[in-house]
Amino acid sequence: MLQRNCMYAIRSTVVTLLLLGLVYPLVVTLSAQILFPVQAGGSLVVSDQGLAIGSLLIGQRFSSPHYFQGRPSAAGETGYDARASAGSNLGPTSLTLRSRVMKSLAQLARDNPDQPALVPVELVTASGSGLDPHLSPQAALWQVPRIAKSRGLSQERVRAVVFELTESRDLYVLGEPRVNVLLLNLALDRRFGRKVDAGS
Amino acid sequence: MMNVAILQALLFVVVVTALTKPLGVYLYAVFETKTPPLPRSLGRLERILLRLCGVDPLQEQSWQAYALSVLLFGALGVLVSYAILRLQPHLPLNPQGMGSVRPDLAWNTAVSFATNTNWQSYSGESTLSHLSQMMALGWHNFTSAAVGIGVALALARGLTRRKESGDSPTLGNFWVDLIRALVYVLVPSSLAVALLFVSQGVLANFSSAVEIHPLEGVAQILPMGPVASQEVIKQLGTNGGGFFGANSAHPFENPTPLTNFLQLVLVFSIPAALTYTYGKLARDQKQGWVLFAVMMLLFVGSLCAITVAEHAPSAALSQLPIDHSAGNLEGKEVRFGAAGSALFATVTTAASCGAVNAMHDSFSPLGGLWMLVNIQLGEVIFGGVGAGLYGMLIFALLAVFVAGLMVGRTPEYLGKKIEAKEMTLAMLYVLIFPLCILGLSAWASVSPSLLSALGNAGPHGLTEILYAYSSGAGNNGSAFAGLGTNTMPWNITLGITMFLGRYFMLIPVLAIAGSMVGKKTVAESAGTFPTGTVLFAGLLVFVILILGALTFFPALSLGPILEHLSAHSGKGF
Repeated sequence: MLQRNCMYAIRSTVVTLLLLGLVYPLVVTLSAQILFPVQAGGSLVVSDQGLAIGSLLIGQRFSSPHYFQGRPSAAGETGYDARASAGSNLGPTSLTLRSRVMKSLAQLARDNPDQPALVPVELVTASGSGLDPHLSPQAALWQVPRIAKSRGLSQERVRAVVFELTESRDLYVLGEPRVNVLLLNLALDRRFGRKVDAGS
Repeated sequence: MMNVAILQALLFVVVVTALTKPLGVYLYAVFETKTPPLPRSLGRLERILLRLCGVDPLQEQSWQAYALSVLLFGALGVLVSYAILRLQPHLPLNPQGMGSVRPDLAWNTAVSFATNTNWQSYSGESTLSHLSQMMALGWHNFTSAAVGIGVALALARGLTRRKESGDSPTLGNFWVDLIRALVYVLVPSSLAVALLFVSQGVLANFSSAVEIHPLEGVAQILPMGPVASQEVIKQLGTNGGGFFGANSAHPFENPTPLTNFLQLVLVFSIPAALTYTYGKLARDQKQGWVLFAVMMLLFVGSLCAITVAEHAPSAALSQLPIDHSAGNLEGKEVRFGAAGSALFATVTTAASCGAVNAMHDSFSPLGGLWMLVNIQLGEVIFGGVGAGLYGMLIFALLAVFVAGLMVGRTPEYLGKKIEAKEMTLAMLYVLIFPLCILGLSAWASVSPSLLSALGNAGPHGLTEILYAYSSGAGNNGSAFAGLGTNTMPWNITLGITMFLGRYFMLIPVLAIAGSMVGKKTVAESAGTFPTGTVLFAGLLVFVILILGALTFFPALSLGPILEHLSAHSGKGF
């Protein structure tokens, strides 16, 4: 019994390893590249100069006042490090979490003097991946006064961009309404001109 | 907010329930009919593979032979993965030049994937080559799920085969079950859904990392890889090992709420369907639906609790000037929100999957408590592929036994007597689990070399430890990831826990199957306790909850429960 089953074990290990470890991923990956080349390659956004300026799916750090800013990120030392995707993993009674959030709140209050007092929760909480590309529409709208002021625009025009780019729930009930921060900022630059001086 | 959460959860329950019968019938046709009534080309592939493995599909095995086959295949699997991880720098498809994986980490990872746990002490994007992902890990995602299905079927056959009707007193053939599960179930569905995932944005390439020149700030490096081929089977096989460190929270693994929903349906689909397959084997669908109902009831209860808990503000932030209407979003992604993350967390802990789309460490104390309870009830709330069914059947035997004690008759299940031998084995199955979890947690909470890994102070730290060993022994694989387990003592002890939690629980299961298959079937009498009824479902729920509560309540009261009470009194750590 032992000898025969050892033989089966060795042979089926080799067979399944080659089939599932090599053939299967090759078939899936190659057919995906033929059918959906853009998505398979990371949904990259390419500039007019042919440079990859971002991925639609991966958040970036924005700090200038004339851009929408994404969520705090715990990926890597400085955040939004795609080689170190991670959340903060700070627990619900963590004093470290509390003081980190208080720091964020103080910074947000300094940068956004004209905004309502209550800050939308995702602007002070780190995402699970540290690479969250989205904001809720509320969190984007909250930042509108700062951006409008910094770009010398009316708040209505900036708000219109947010409404236009807001994605609703998938199939009406799945997930949450959201807006892609990179797309928002690209739209701002395209419509109102790129602002290179301040802050950056 | 909450209304949409309810609709999303309802839709999930409806889809899973609707899939149970058709998939269950399909699984029955695949495994229990002499010639599977399926596409001819798959039949040809099956025959070719069986010939390559040298297996005679008509030869069935005793429980000893079945168990030996599982163990040999498992041991070889661990060895092969260990070797691939250690030899990584010398193998192809390593565009980032990843170095050799340390021995303790390679041991932990190889055991983790072979046992269907997929605990990850490492982060994929900084540790593994594309080839290691595909061959050392992706391969196990398929085979470990197939092994689970095989063992569940073996137990089901042991309980339902009748000598009197000419059934053979054997448990089937492991190698045939393995190949059939792969050829007819796991591979075709993975192929189809993988392409759907790519259309939503899941990566599928063999490239090296891409450099991004962002609108402002420093360059960003995006790791690439063959994610899509792994993503589907990660969920369908209740494996849960992510390509990236952030697992299904990572937008390259789980880009949209739609992929999120599909990932969850994949997790429950086979465990739910197997209950129907079991009903067909028992020639009485009620036997299957009872198990399904118990699983669904426990699932919905825990889903409600976690969803409510995560819609409340995080205790650490509750007094600050924040608009908390979106709930506790620390560690959660905007596209899924509190509702989508709570649903995922419930499914992944109930089903022994272990993928995460939000960081469990940052869930509220009660959310964390319920996730832990889902695991500690023995991973039977749908549970791992196959493992959920055999775990639930062991509890069914216990429930029948308890009922027999109450009325003073020899207990019977499906017309077969449950005797001292089966109860001894069932108790062995039930006791190995808490022994691993509580024993090692107790040791870890006084051992400085293990304690140094804690990511949070206070009762939350104890919860991190408890969660790690529960996840290991339950072959779940999700983590309170603040615990830095990539150290030698953690890698070794968790590896041992996962190994015991899989193989030492699966041997008593097969032994019970072997002992039951040869028993005479006695005719139903007025004194028989019927097991296809609501009353039995209630008793089963009761047995599961009582056993879980008696075993784990003291430990839980020092972890999440104490943390909840501290949070209420405004105390932080």
